[in-house]
Amino acid sequence: MSANEARAGDELGRDHIGDWTIRNIVTTLVPLLAVLSVLQMVSGTVLETFEAALLTNPALLVLVPVMIGTAGNLGSIMCARLSTQLHLGTFEFSPTNPDLRATVGAIVGLAGTVFVLLGIASWAIGHLLGGELGLAPLLVITITSGMLLAVWVVIVSTTAVYASYRLGYDPDDTTIPVVTNVCDITGVLILFAVVSVVL
Amino acid sequence: MTGHDSAVDIYRQALPVVLVSLVAGLFAGTLLGSETMREGISRVPGLLLLLPAFLATRGGVYGSLGARLSSGLHQGLLDPHFEWSGRLRNAIIASFLNGMIVSLFIAVLTWVVMLALGREAALLELVIILFVAALLSAVAMLGVLLPVIFKGYRRGLDPDNVIGPVVTTVGDVFGVFFLLVGIAVTEALL
Repeated sequence: MSANEARAGDELGRDHIGDWTIRNIVTTLVPLLAVLSVLQMVSGTVLETFEAALLTNPALLVLVPVMIGTAGNLGSIMCARLSTQLHLGTFEFSPTNPDLRATVGAIVGLAGTVFVLLGIASWAIGHLLGGELGLAPLLVITITSGMLLAVWVVIVSTTAVYASYRLGYDPDDTTIPVVTNVCDITGVLILFAVVSVVL
Repeated sequence: MTGHDSAVDIYRQALPVVLVSLVAGLFAGTLLGSETMREGISRVPGLLLLLPAFLATRGGVYGSLGARLSSGLHQGLLDPHFEWSGRLRNAIIASFLNGMIVSLFIAVLTWVVMLALGREAALLELVIILFVAALLSAVAMLGVLLPVIFKGYRRGLDPDNVIGPVVTTVGDVFGVFFLLVGIAVTEALL
């Protein structure tokens, strides 16, 4: 890279809210991830509390990673799209913003698709692993918790990108860890709240 | 690429990866429900407690790396060909350090929370399990994420729509599996 290019790169770095030094990335992310790990102990404690039920009921253990993973997926699609639009200068925080509406529509559609399939799949796998939970209660559990989660993901993602932008942090560094963690924790809480109502 | 996609466009582009991630999540769940893992959960106190934090750290570290690289590509700060220098190298080294530091922190934190809950836990055991799992995860995550982002971008795929699912997919399946490897290593060492 020539000196001119390097200078141009530095100016670009100042123009955009991102910074690409190792120290900057580590000192931004490590404290954040450490705090979020402390918060994750909440859902960890829920899992520890339900340890006996989880170990005797394989279908519920099967649900846990998918529930957490899908929450993170939907949240990061939402956040990555919003923050790239922010970087490109095409984003507007308004309910009439067509990009925002399209993203929300896609998130709800994806959640609906995934959680219906999840209900059927966890029932089948649970049976193979020797579980006795029926298809109907599992579908009620996955669809109810999935739809609650989709709405929650939209609210949390939009708030996180907006807050990160207002506080002057690059949303790429901050929103995905925040949103995936918040959605993981609430995903587990929503799941086990629905489980204890249905079962 | 972004900015004018309809809901159906985004749905169509994200659905295959989300479905692959569903299958992978089910695979991770089946691993989690397996006899070996259930034995591990019973034998290593604190394993269920650290599970969400450990899996989420993978998402946080590598999801943020992916989003950073994606915005860098969109902004033209990164060349769309992989090159071990400059911004890209910094971002990769930083993500590796983040993953290791936070995983060791989780080991200590789990030990503290277990003691606070009035249950016993072995600090050294937790540290070794998480060190092994974090190291193997870094290799797997970088090995999958970087080709997907750079090859995908060159072929016109918006990395924003695929990073999250790829990260959680690889993170969950390998995360649970590498925890099992970590447990096996502690058994060999301790």
